[in-house]
Formats: sequence, structure tokens, C-alpha cells
Amino acid sequence: MKYALLIYGSEAEYPAPDSAESREIFEAYMAFTNEISEAGINLGGEALQDTQTATTVRVRDGETLTTDGPFAETKEQLGGFYLIDAPDLDAAIDVAARLPGSWVGSVEIRPVWEWDPSG
Amino acid sequence: MTTTGATLEHVFREEYGRVVASVIGQVGDFELAEDAVQDAVAAALTTWPRTGLPSNPGAWLTTTARRKAIDRLRRAANFARKQEELAYLVELDRRASEEAEPDVAITLSDDRLRLIFTCCHPALALEARVALTLKTLGGLTTDEIARAFLVTEAAMAQRMVRAKRKIRDAGIPYRVPSDDQLPDRLGGVLAVVYLIFNEGYAATSGAAVVRRELSTEAIRLGRLLCRLMPDEPEALGLTALMMLHDSRRDAREAGGRVVLLDDQDRSLWDREQIAAAFELLEAALRRGRRGPYQVQAEIAAVHAGASTPTDTDWARIVSLYDDLMALVPSPVVALNRAVAVAMERGPEAGLAAVDALSNRLDGYRHFHAARADLLRRLHQKDEAAVAYRRALELSANDAERAFLEGRLAEIGAETPAM
Repeated sequence: MKYALLIYGSEAEYPAPDSAESREIFEAYMAFTNEISEAGINLGGEALQDTQTATTVRVRDGETLTTDGPFAETKEQLGGFYLIDAPDLDAAIDVAARLPGSWVGSVEIRPVWEWDPSG
Repeated sequence: MTTTGATLEHVFREEYGRVVASVIGQVGDFELAEDAVQDAVAAALTTWPRTGLPSNPGAWLTTTARRKAIDRLRRAANFARKQEELAYLVELDRRASEEAEPDVAITLSDDRLRLIFTCCHPALALEARVALTLKTLGGLTTDEIARAFLVTEAAMAQRMVRAKRKIRDAGIPYRVPSDDQLPDRLGGVLAVVYLIFNEGYAATSGAAVVRRELSTEAIRLGRLLCRLMPDEPEALGLTALMMLHDSRRDAREAGGRVVLLDDQDRSLWDREQIAAAFELLEAALRRGRRGPYQVQAEIAAVHAGASTPTDTDWARIVSLYDDLMALVPSPVVALNRAVAVAMERGPEAGLAAVDALSNRLDGYRHFHAARADLLRRLHQKDEAAVAYRRALELSANDAERAFLEGRLAEIGAETPAM
């Protein structure tokens, strides 16, 4: 099955970009990414810039409404994601527990809809 | 063998959980498996009265259900994924009929063990785990479970449908967890079983008769776990603990009022059940891996082994509570220990130990009830009355309230108007 691992954390608590702590986190993510790539289960993923850069778009009655900021103000924000291939939820939980984001914030596991081409 | 309605109902009740477990294992889908087993039961109801009971009704139902599942998949096979399932099942069925049924008993017990871990998966809401376990492994009907938990049948059915969909859609596996996950997961399974037991035993609300069934069912599930995982001492410990509590069932309530351990008529205790629990506990302790359920069972065993309250080895109980504190430090365990200290060394020592917990347990009714009892024994009537009233404020259980009101009357204080 395909699972999305959505990484949530509090932007307010992120370390400064050039700090030693920030480098440590970056290295932990690199190690994690290598690990799942070597295991052949990494289907992709990205880190997102913070929600100050976010723009939200809604189209209503043919009109495009554009607002500054994320779709909702929350204590923890979506900061990135991975897409992985895992045989079942237990395997996905194992991977999520190794994801550095789960040690400080939270990782939400969501199975991905898999459309059947022949359907 | 006869095939009267009563016999058939008995067979279905006995076999249902095992057959469903086995079919879920084969088709990998709760809803499909349950529907297929229903189809198989319907087929049995028309076939068996004509042909007589098959020699192995469980195997008959499993085979029939597997074929019914194939039929259902054929009708719905417009997705490639279903085609794969279908091909797998047809192959499985072909092999099963060639080999006859292999060792049915072993396969079935493996299936049930896997199913317990699926039903108690931590990715499901706790209420859903309890409901699924009772339905799938206990063979209780949705209506029975709904009545036990005071919700409508429709609400309970909805809860179970949601849980089963999550199992399927989120890919919750149908297997015994790997060794590194097993300790956590087994703890989760035991917690669900103990919760079911306590819902039946320490009823916070609800009709007594249905509740009793829950305790009985929890003990049956505990025994099943012991058979399936004989090397897991905590499964043995939990089952012994539940049986020891349950052995006092007939003595712990009289005329709608809770009867405390010290005041219970010990001739009403179920000696046979106590002996069986002792055996389980000894088997658990021989494994040399003591855990919280085993220690709690050891404490219950000290009580069960005493012919009168004064006969009780309170020093031993205090020391077992010390062991329990080391395993699971919690203020509630500390309160129980304090009560045991009062029995061993007198109410004054007990009160000091209880008072030390006041800031952590102020909202806990048993804290105030225990404190009130010690104050009463120390003849501090006014303070005792204050504590009894505080316990009353926090209690919603009728039998417990009746007890507390009785104690208030004994010390000559009035029950507060509610």
C-alpha cells in the first residue's frame, strides 16, 4: 500500500536556520531519507517552507479568492511529507516512528487512494 | 446428532468466532468475511436439518463461507484488486478441497490470535476495539454489546462499520505483531480484555444482568489468550486476577449495597474458581517474568487464601503493593497500599499514608471513602462525615452510594440532600 506521512510541528519552536540544532535535524532527515531509499520504499517527499509563505485559494461562483496564510490557523503546522510504500499499517507505523518529525512534533499516517486504471 | 433449533443455535454460538476469524484470514476483509459467514449460516439452516449435523460443523461453515465469499467477489469483480483476491481465493479453495481440511484446530487457533491483535489495534478508537473484540471473538450480538454500553443498536452498528472500514482502508494487518512490537501490543490486548471485565464487574452504570455477561466473556477471552500464548505470563496473570475478583461476585453485593471485602460472607466465594485461578497464577510466576497483572493477582490470592479478614497476611500484601509500585508507580496503587498499611499497622499509620496523597487524589472518590473509613475507626466522627460526604458527591454508582449513606448514618451524621 501507499501511505503519506504528514509531518506536523510547531513553527514557533523551530531552531534558527544556521544553528547547530538545525544542522542536526537536517542530518537526521538525510539519514532517514537514505534509509528508506535504500529499503526501496521511498516514493518521494518534500520539506515545505513555513506557513508565512502560504497562500490559500478558493474558487466560489467562478471567482478566485486568494488569501494570505494557511487554510487554518493551528498550533502545529504541516511542515513536509513523505510518500512511502509499505505492506500494511504496522510497517508504516514503524517507518513513521523512525521519522525525526515524530520525535518532536507528530506524524499523521494517511493511506493513499489507489485508483484502478482498469476500473 | 439432532438438529433442533436450540442445537443449531448452540453450534453457531460456539463456532461463530472461530469461523469468522478463519474466513477473515483467508479473504482479508472483515465485512466480506462476516457477510460470507452469514450466508454460510443461512445455508446450514436449510441443509443441516435434511442431512444432519456434519462431523465438523466449524470446518463445514468455513469451507461454505469461503465459497460464498468467492460468489460475492464474482458478483462485484469489476476492480482489478478484487480480481486478484478472487484468483487467490479460488486457488485456496482448490487446494483446500484437494488436501481435505488440514489440521483445522491449529489453523483456527492461529487465526483467532491474529484476529485479537487486529481487533485491539491501537490505531482503532478504544470503544471500537472493545466492541469489535466482543463481536468478533466473543460472538456477542451487536444488540447485546449496545445494551452493555448503553448506546442504541444503530449507534453501535455504525461504530463497528467505521472500525471495520478503517481496518480495510488503512491496511491494519491481520497478524501477530513482530517481536519488537509484541510487548506493547500484547499489553494493549490485555488492557482491552481487562476493560471489558471491569465494565462488567465494577459497573459504573447499566443493567446488572448484561454486565455479568461482560465479565464472564472477559474471562473466556483471557482463557483463550492463555491457550494461544501459553508462554506469556501476563496473560495468565490477568486471567487469574479476573477469576479471583469474579469468585467474590456473589458476596460483594447485598440488597443493592456494596459489601466490602472485610464484611463479605466468605462461604459465598467460588472455591472452584479460586483453585483454578491459583493454578494459572502459579504457572505464570514459574515463567520468572513478573508483571503488574501477576502482582495484582498475587494480592487477590492472599485475600482469597484467608479464611477470615483477621487471618489475612497484611504484611505480605503491603510488600506486594511495594512491588506493584515499583512496576507501575501511580497514586491509586499508593492508596491501596496505604489501606493495607492501616490493616497491618493500625488506622493511624494508614491515615498518615493516605493523607500524603491528598493533593494528587482529591477528585477520586475512593480516596475520600478510604480516608473517611480510617477517620471513623479513629473515632474522629466530624472529619469522617466530611470525607464521606465528599465521596458521595463524587460517586454515581447506586450500590456504592447506598453503602456510603449507610456509613454516614452509622456515625450519626445526616446524608446531604442531592
